[in-house]
Amino acid sequence: MLTMLFALLLEATGSVAVMGAAIGAGLAAIGAGLGIGRIGGSAMEGIARQPEAAGRIQTAMLIIAALIEAVALFAAVICLLVALA
Amino acid sequence: MMRSILNRLVLAIALVISPIAVSQAQEHDNAGEATAQHEGEAPVEKGKFKVGDMIMHHIKDDHGWEFTHGVTLPLPVILYSADQGLEVFSSSRLAHGAVYNGYKLDHGKIHRADAAGAEPNDAKFYNFSITKNVASLLLSAVIMLLLFPAISRSYASNRGKAPKGIASFLEPIILFVRDEVAKPSIGPKYGKFLPYLLTLFFFILINNLLGLLPGGANVTGNIAVTLVLAVITFIIVTFSGNKHYWMHIFKPSGVPVALLPIMVPVEIVGVFMKPLSLMIRLFANMTAGHIIVLSLLSLIFIANSLGGMTTSVAISPVVMVFTIFLNLIEVLVAFIQAFIFTLLTAMYIGSAVEEHHEADHGIGYEPADAH
Repeated sequence: MLTMLFALLLEATGSVAVMGAAIGAGLAAIGAGLGIGRIGGSAMEGIARQPEAAGRIQTAMLIIAALIEAVALFAAVICLLVALA
Repeated sequence: MMRSILNRLVLAIALVISPIAVSQAQEHDNAGEATAQHEGEAPVEKGKFKVGDMIMHHIKDDHGWEFTHGVTLPLPVILYSADQGLEVFSSSRLAHGAVYNGYKLDHGKIHRADAAGAEPNDAKFYNFSITKNVASLLLSAVIMLLLFPAISRSYASNRGKAPKGIASFLEPIILFVRDEVAKPSIGPKYGKFLPYLLTLFFFILINNLLGLLPGGANVTGNIAVTLVLAVITFIIVTFSGNKHYWMHIFKPSGVPVALLPIMVPVEIVGVFMKPLSLMIRLFANMTAGHIIVLSLLSLIFIANSLGGMTTSVAISPVVMVFTIFLNLIEVLVAFIQAFIFTLLTAMYIGSAVEEHHEADHGIGYEPADAH
């Protein structure tokens, strides 16, 4: 079934490089989702334990989410470069 | 009651805009049959809506400012070359592939061309045109130059009283940048760097928000713009680094000598990677946001080419609501990215100017100049 999926993706994109770029972008999205999800989970736990620290926890969560997202976007930018050139 | 009014407003907007969007799609299809194909492209059926081209056209810079389909503001094209000197003309003369003064506009880039359209020689020319991004940068600069002197004038004339008007609207944001970003990150010397941090924050914010308006230019999604911002941060950090900053890079304390050949190159790479990551973070966030919104809107046009007008009218309201929701998330991302860029810049500046701390050394450290 995996080979069928790959064949379908190859058909849709046209070349193996672009197919690799598509898969890479998807993997980057999975990575970002996992990382930011963990941050969000820890932030929720922290706020539940100590509701008066909610403001500080939220700020820290936003900062770290932006840093993780930057790494995922590095990967996305490289996939875009591969797909367009 | 407010909630039901809001719901009805969103529904009304979606229902009004959907048929307009669909009629645009029809027009695109009809226009597509009439345009000739570019050379070198894989043959596609005439009139098929090409999503990739439309998205790239909206993301990239352009020589005229296209506000909407058919309404284009031609911008000045300024070229300098050794043989033809300085030339300034309107970009409307290069529209639709016309050759003017030996130049031709091909896929957004200006090439030299003779009357037949081929490239005669490799003569270099410099392109100083006012493109869409440059015009938008000038617009945001004008906005900032009008806004902030007005605010400082209103503070000067309202001495001792509460701020009024635009000053009271922006005061929480300015105080936020000073008290939550600059002071904690830089410490006592924050006054020297606060003007730069405020300028940076508002510049990025205003350009992000302008890019989100329909017909806006994707300025902060242009990697050259974010590169310049990152380079300015790099210059400030490098030139205000004190002895402790450079010691942390070339001679990190508490590191055994055997690990120094690994640590020092890593630290040197870090000096360049930090501004580079600032650049890529802002560029990729803005560009990805625009691509997402444009891709969702293209679903209507793709539905049109697949199933005709009924399918596209059917899915337009759903797509419109989802796109509005995503556009609101993009507004949030605009604020967050401006905040993150400013915060990280402040933290890098802070690490460059901070004084010596006890915590910098490990246990059992003896200063050489003690006793």
